[in-house]
Amino acid sequence: MHDLNPITPLGAAEARVDTHGPVTLTEVTDRALASVAARLGHEDETVAILTDFLGATPPAPARLAGAPLTAFWTGPDQWMIEAPLATHEDLAARLAAMADGAMSVTEQTDAWCRFDLTGAGLPEVFERLCAADTRSFAGGEALRTAIDHLGCFLLCRAVGHISVLGPRSAAGSLHHALLTAIRSAH
Amino acid sequence: MTQRNRLQGGLIDRSKTISFRFDDRWMKGHPGDTLASALLANGVRLMGRSFKYHRPRGPLSAGSEEPNAIVALRTGARQEPNTRATTAELFDGLTAQSQNRWPSLAFDALSINDRLSSFFAAGFYYKTFMWPAAFWEKLYEPMIRRAAGLGALSLQPDPDSYDKGYLHCDVLIIGAGPAGLAAALTAGEAGLRVILADEDPLPGGRLNAERLEMGQQASHAWAAETTAWLAAMPNVRLMMRTTVTGAFDHGVYGALERVSDHLPVPPEGKPRQILWRIYSARAILAAGATERPIVFENNDRPGIMLAGALRAYANRWAATPAKEIAVFTNNDDGHRTASDLAAKGVTVAAVIDTRTDAPKSARYEVVAGGTVTGTSGRLGLKRIEVTDARGQSRRIDCGALGVSGGWNPNVSLTCHQRGRPEWDANIHAFVPGGTLPEGMVVAGAAEGAFSTHAALHAGARVAAAIAADLGKTPPSPDLPQAEDAPVSLTPFWHVAGTTRAWVDQQNDVTAKDIRLAHQENFTSVEHLKRYTTLGMATDQGKTSNMAGLAIMAEVAGKSIPEVGTTMFRPPYTPTAIGAFAGRSRGTEFRPVRKTPSHVWAAEQGATFVEVGMWLRAQWFARPGESHWRETVNREVLQTRNSVGICDVTTLGKIDVQGSDAAAFMNMMYCNGFAKLPVGKTRYGLMLREDGIAMDDGTAARFAEDHYVVTTTTANAVPVYRHMEFVRQCLFPDMDVQLISTTEAWAQFAVAGPNSRKLLQKIVDADHDISNEAFPFMACAEITVCGGLRARLFRISFSGEMAFEIAVPTRYGDALMRRMMAAGEEFGVVPYGTEALGVMRIEKGHAAGNELNGTITALNLGMGRMVSKKKDAIGSKLSEREGLNEEDALKLVGFKPVDAQDTVPAGAHLMTRGTPVDAAHDQGYVTSACYSPNLGHHIGIGFLKSGDARMGEVLRLVSPLTGVDHEVEVVSPHFIDPEGDRLRA
Repeated sequence: MHDLNPITPLGAAEARVDTHGPVTLTEVTDRALASVAARLGHEDETVAILTDFLGATPPAPARLAGAPLTAFWTGPDQWMIEAPLATHEDLAARLAAMADGAMSVTEQTDAWCRFDLTGAGLPEVFERLCAADTRSFAGGEALRTAIDHLGCFLLCRAVGHISVLGPRSAAGSLHHALLTAIRSAH
Repeated sequence: MTQRNRLQGGLIDRSKTISFRFDDRWMKGHPGDTLASALLANGVRLMGRSFKYHRPRGPLSAGSEEPNAIVALRTGARQEPNTRATTAELFDGLTAQSQNRWPSLAFDALSINDRLSSFFAAGFYYKTFMWPAAFWEKLYEPMIRRAAGLGALSLQPDPDSYDKGYLHCDVLIIGAGPAGLAAALTAGEAGLRVILADEDPLPGGRLNAERLEMGQQASHAWAAETTAWLAAMPNVRLMMRTTVTGAFDHGVYGALERVSDHLPVPPEGKPRQILWRIYSARAILAAGATERPIVFENNDRPGIMLAGALRAYANRWAATPAKEIAVFTNNDDGHRTASDLAAKGVTVAAVIDTRTDAPKSARYEVVAGGTVTGTSGRLGLKRIEVTDARGQSRRIDCGALGVSGGWNPNVSLTCHQRGRPEWDANIHAFVPGGTLPEGMVVAGAAEGAFSTHAALHAGARVAAAIAADLGKTPPSPDLPQAEDAPVSLTPFWHVAGTTRAWVDQQNDVTAKDIRLAHQENFTSVEHLKRYTTLGMATDQGKTSNMAGLAIMAEVAGKSIPEVGTTMFRPPYTPTAIGAFAGRSRGTEFRPVRKTPSHVWAAEQGATFVEVGMWLRAQWFARPGESHWRETVNREVLQTRNSVGICDVTTLGKIDVQGSDAAAFMNMMYCNGFAKLPVGKTRYGLMLREDGIAMDDGTAARFAEDHYVVTTTTANAVPVYRHMEFVRQCLFPDMDVQLISTTEAWAQFAVAGPNSRKLLQKIVDADHDISNEAFPFMACAEITVCGGLRARLFRISFSGEMAFEIAVPTRYGDALMRRMMAAGEEFGVVPYGTEALGVMRIEKGHAAGNELNGTITALNLGMGRMVSKKKDAIGSKLSEREGLNEEDALKLVGFKPVDAQDTVPAGAHLMTRGTPVDAAHDQGYVTSACYSPNLGHHIGIGFLKSGDARMGEVLRLVSPLTGVDHEVEVVSPHFIDPEGDRLRA
């Protein structure tokens, strides 16, 4: 076991939590990510492998599904797989081992920072941040959008619980934008 | 001062009295007042000075169309010029200053311009200030700008913040008057997602300004009741203080919400305004209509205003500009003003109606077939001159004159997609016409249906149609009985024979100016606008354009529709630049990207530099170092002599996988990649389609079907985008998958003769990184520090034996600390981008300065890398004759003949003895630095036939910076040209 200590995208040892009004903003660092893209002509095999791995069919376009292993759609025949880091730090390697030439797998765990917003009044926050129609979210939506000039994924895990995945290097700016919008809206 | 012109009634909150200041006078008003209504109630009619002639002016309107009553609101950094007093909501402590006057509003020295008006006709400055030409910029324009103009900026940073936001709805209803409210009620009850937006804080539109009955209640009460009903619907969003400013493509509308403008200071964390982008499936324009004035002699005195405004001030704000008023009208609506004011106890001196068949009244005198032919009163109206149908004139005392020339539908938003309004001869006004913005329908006064009954039913009807169209069952709202008076109007635009009759009061454009423009052949309506400035500035001619068109039509012998309108463009009303900027200002202009070692570097006191959005350590100064170059020299020398570490995470990393990955790589790079062995890295040059070099970097092959491409920092995104374009559009049949991993891996360059020794303390023992097992250009997936997955590349930008090591980003900080500790025995130094740059110039490596968008592989000395054995993006076009001339530029090095001289980048090269001009230009220096290893300045750059001119001495010139000395052409590889070090 290696002895290097990780830091969070915001540059600290511990994940940050902010609460303002009805909304709690939490830096989430305990999830592993891997991208999966079906190889040409192997789309059905990829779906079968992922179904086996996730225990459910990988989600349709613009959707998120599954727990504790989660997948969200990122493009035609492409998904991002989420898993608990504690048990799946080798997520990409595990998936790659199952691929057998049917799909391309790339580790994405540290490519993203993730901030979860929970509580009431999230649409009021997100309407100040991005073009996504979060007021119509009912849970299970997964969208690519731009927040503060940054390409982000917006994942609605349930009503009142939305994850924002953004570029890790810009975590500070993204966190600031989210917190500013929360304070503006509430 | 008491509120001597305050009337009974109104929709103001009399339970509270608030104070405000205008110039140096404190006055009282009530919540619900606007600045203009409160000033009028306090007996103040004079609120500003005109743009050009500095004429005394008061409010013309009671809304956003106001041309005259514009003030500087608030003080200090929050001071905002050109704010309309007619829309500024009164709050306790409000401070406003009048504009464009000196030393005071009542006595303005520049009102001398009015006396000199004959010199200031339309276009006067085009004719007057022609010579000498140089004087225009230096003297005339600044002088004119000082003399003319509107308000002044505070020149301090805006302390408030602005949000930008996005909303979605089935139907956007623009305007909360009778049509808008009825539409919202219908659409809301049908279950549609509705946004109802209005610039006014109080929903109701004209229902709040009239003394009308709707069913069994007053019109304003019906508006309030309906609003409360709508507010209770979860699917209806009421957005008051929100102006829809523009109609854009695909049902997208821009809207400015004034969140805090009615408060002294925005609450903590809250924005002053929000600029919304509204995505709508459908839109209903129910923006109402704007009254138009009649043009007559001296029609601009304070106290002369639109009749509907006079009525609105009395009914809604319980204020009147004077106790004795008159009305000048060509339609029945003017009579409504007279009867409403009479009902409020205001004396109506007369109604002058241009129609000979004007309705009669028992309560006031009606001068049928009459006109107003003059006015008097220096700082405010005192009396008017009226000429009756028989041509006999007399004077009538009055402190205010309401003018009504009819109403113009507010068509602006219907025209933002280049739809042109059409003339409606029944109401003598332009109505929406041509192609409306996609999904928009118009209802109520905005389409020329001027009665309350017509507006209500039109709103309900179009909303029901939309509901049905969107699959909902439209309800039948219970609409109240309301007035349904027909439009009774005889067109009358201006009184003949005037000399000083204002058409556009904001720009001081007179009827005479329009005639002059026509005389000088500015006959197109767009030329008329530019020549006279009619319809420009903050009000965009909302009250003036029609009269201007009518006079133009008359002098041109055309009809008004033949003259046509100018183009309506967003924004509908003035919008602060701050609202467009939103939160993107100052240090938050763009997001900041930080490297994995940023926290550590900051602890070391690093100086950071912006590289795109990245912050990179530029150098790491130590105590006692007095100059950045001292620091950089140390970092360079220590790296070359022992070992240095640099965070290179910012370089783009693209994961390329798939069974066709090798073929794809061969297509992307001009040199071959298909035969690159697994476990090896290769330098690659990527060309644009036109054969110009796009980017360079290394690509590593981790498996037969897996490459990792490295790009320059600046081109990380463009290269990824380019590769996706090639994959998706040019070669969709290739089995290849791409994803960026730039952020996923923290990557460090470890360079110098002791780099291997350092890394051997980091890399787990089961990975042999000796030169034999891991030679130059090797790559491998390894583990470090007891099992952490990592990647190791044996590549070198510095020219030294060097490695790049990558770990998952979260461990980058810890790895940096661990490597610095492990390297202590070697005197390891961190180095920044400046030392990185020095070392790559010493080594002669090209970077962004060289890949400048004009350079080919041949220019870089890499012509032979462009493989002829395979096809690749750009390889064919790189063979173009013009890119392969005999004297083509070649990358070479330069050293000064006099070792004390610099070799500045950007300087040009001239053959000795030739003139210094573009025709004799031999090339230019692209990158330069002081080389601490060589002890003098060096440079690299492009020189015609450079590779054949080694040893030649050239003139290096930079006329801009005064550089003119000699340099010698040398190899660009100043350090270790044979590459022994990096293979060590």
